Amino acid sequence: MSHGQHNTPPFDKNKRHDVAVKNRRLTWVLLGGVLLMFGFCYMLIPFYEFICKKEGINGKSANSVTAMDPTMQVDYSRTIKVDLVTTLHGNLLFKFIPLQRHIEIHPGERKLVYFYAENRAGQEMTVQAIPSITPNDAARFLKKTECFCFTQQYFFDGQKADMPVYFFIEPTIPKEIKEVTLSYTLFDASAYVKKGKQFTKGRINL
Amino acid sequence: MSEAITHAHDAHGHADHHGPDKGFKRWLFTTNHKDIGTLYLTFSLIMLFIGGAMALLIRIELYEPGKVLLDPEYFNQMTTMHGLIMVFGVIMPAMAGLANWMIPMMIGAPDMALPRLNNWSFWLLPFAFSMLLSTMIMSGPAPDFGWTFYAPLSTTYGPKSTDFFIFSIHMMGASSILASLNIVVTIFNMRAPGMTWMKMPLFVWSWLVTAFLLLAVMPVLAGCVTMMLMDRHFHTSFFNAAGGGDPLLFQHVFWFFGHPEVYILILPGFGVISEIIPTFARKKLFGYRFMVYATALIAIVGFVVWMHHMFTTGAPYVAQLYFMYATMLVAVPTGIKVFNWLGTLFKGSITFETPMLFALGFLIMFTLGGFSGLMLSLVPADYQYRDSYFVVAHFHYVLVSGSLFTIIAAVYFWLPKWTGHMYNERLGQLHFWLSVIGMNVTFLPMHFLGLAGMPRRIPDYALQFTDFNQICTIGAFIFGFAQLIFLYIILRSCFGKKQDHVSNQVWEGAHGLEWTLPSPVPYHTFETIPHVS
Repeated sequence: MSHGQHNTPPFDKNKRHDVAVKNRRLTWVLLGGVLLMFGFCYMLIPFYEFICKKEGINGKSANSVTAMDPTMQVDYSRTIKVDLVTTLHGNLLFKFIPLQRHIEIHPGERKLVYFYAENRAGQEMTVQAIPSITPNDAARFLKKTECFCFTQQYFFDGQKADMPVYFFIEPTIPKEIKEVTLSYTLFDASAYVKKGKQFTKGRINL
Repeated sequence: MSEAITHAHDAHGHADHHGPDKGFKRWLFTTNHKDIGTLYLTFSLIMLFIGGAMALLIRIELYEPGKVLLDPEYFNQMTTMHGLIMVFGVIMPAMAGLANWMIPMMIGAPDMALPRLNNWSFWLLPFAFSMLLSTMIMSGPAPDFGWTFYAPLSTTYGPKSTDFFIFSIHMMGASSILASLNIVVTIFNMRAPGMTWMKMPLFVWSWLVTAFLLLAVMPVLAGCVTMMLMDRHFHTSFFNAAGGGDPLLFQHVFWFFGHPEVYILILPGFGVISEIIPTFARKKLFGYRFMVYATALIAIVGFVVWMHHMFTTGAPYVAQLYFMYATMLVAVPTGIKVFNWLGTLFKGSITFETPMLFALGFLIMFTLGGFSGLMLSLVPADYQYRDSYFVVAHFHYVLVSGSLFTIIAAVYFWLPKWTGHMYNERLGQLHFWLSVIGMNVTFLPMHFLGLAGMPRRIPDYALQFTDFNQICTIGAFIFGFAQLIFLYIILRSCFGKKQDHVSNQVWEGAHGLEWTLPSPVPYHTFETIPHVS
């Protein structure tokens, strides 16, 4: 080869072996990293749940029980309009509506609203309601002490029921918020039935 | 693995005496980095024409409002497959092919560190893509949810062929992981004495950073499609709200992979440009150190900007603000790179051979694509541009005139070295001008279509968009057919009669170890380790 005179002699056997060992070691280290990142992908899920719950994003905080602080003062000087909205997911054959379209509430005060649901699927169904709150800034302040969305709801064929939500808005909610939308989407959860009770306390079967 | 290494080295002991095996077996069992590089590049070239044909079908359908050729269902399959093939089947394998060919030659190594693994990394790809493409001849639709395969489109509502798609993603992911593993090990352990970190060619540096990116995010993609598979068949509900999951989570997981992925597609291209511009400007690269740091910085920042793909999903304002600023920050290291390339050109004695033309085309049009990216990073503007043709224009400017142009430039640049034939300069120039005109005629009007409100991924549109869509379609055909010239040039350079003798250095201003080797390069190089002074 033309560049021969500048070259060091070819690798001897020992040196070759050294490189092979080094290569193998680094390969395993990198494969370990790859495995770690695969695990990290699954770690993202609890992390996501944690952040959403903590920050009240994406309805996650509206999906669990909150105790009302007994020292909380009702702020009668403010009134917030809460719009109640319902959606059926996919082609779920249900009737699902709020009994009131909207409700006025003072921060710090607890209110009870009912949602009416009727199974028109022609078979027994288990459904799950998923809440969502807008605007974003309000989501953290709307809390529930009781909600039909905390558990799955069982309906036999043709069953009708009024399902309760007890909620309050924390007085610390930003001043500029005058209107909040609480929306529920009803999902067919028949394929994902969980063990445990499927009726909420206060559900009125009609 | 140790076995593979010893075998490869044993083979090198008497390798001077014989060349490659003959026939098909040579390609099937090869562990030679040059052969594998050629395989990658050939594969990518074939996929370019398949993906390109799909793009032309899309453009035919959009030539007029209403149905022209394709049913809406088939149109969706075309946009999905076009995206998947171009990203995973063209750009990534082509970059891997360049890495296989050039990295050992640039750092003075006889081959890649793990040659047998290298063979496997490549041969996974044809199987992955035959599986993906086979969905098109199955009964029922091929994947039709867009290349981003958002849940629940790909889980609850995904066609049956989605499972083939998932498995092919697993395979190409494994291929990328193994290839980048090999590249990292090679660069760390196989450098010739004297080839210190800060002497490495920028192409090698860029690929080192890219390989780390791949190692970090391809497992996340694998995890993501595994979750999809589990949701579809194993009764989990990662992305299904009915079972307590969250479809939005899919977008987080996907874009945590997806954003670094776009830097994976462009960083090796940056490396190529950093080799070509100094060669034809006959000057040393301006600001080498800063180029290295900027590459690393782009990669790091790339991990913390993924939510700019999700501004309209109801993200909290704080998050939107943070991701907006972080995204704009990417422009700083990228700006450093563009500045340094310009600095290299400044007062250089520039000649305009085809590789240089493509490099300069890249420089201008990639920067334009970067600017439309900056526009998209602004939250309020993004609300307007979201899911419009403006986005399509943006990412084609950075992927076609960005990544693809750098690959074409690299092929012209190194083809004489690989084959020992100089390509036809006149045809090369013709290819460049047709490509650059076709590309701009296709994608420039898309900016205005998007700003005027035309949504992406839609087979039909309102009447007022007709004129511009027809211009786009004409441009697409110019661009598409111009690539046949490219194919002809490559074939002629590989198999045509040899007319001229190509010197070792090939280009007057070329520097680096690969240019000390004869052209065409012998089957085995740097059997005796060179010394870099």
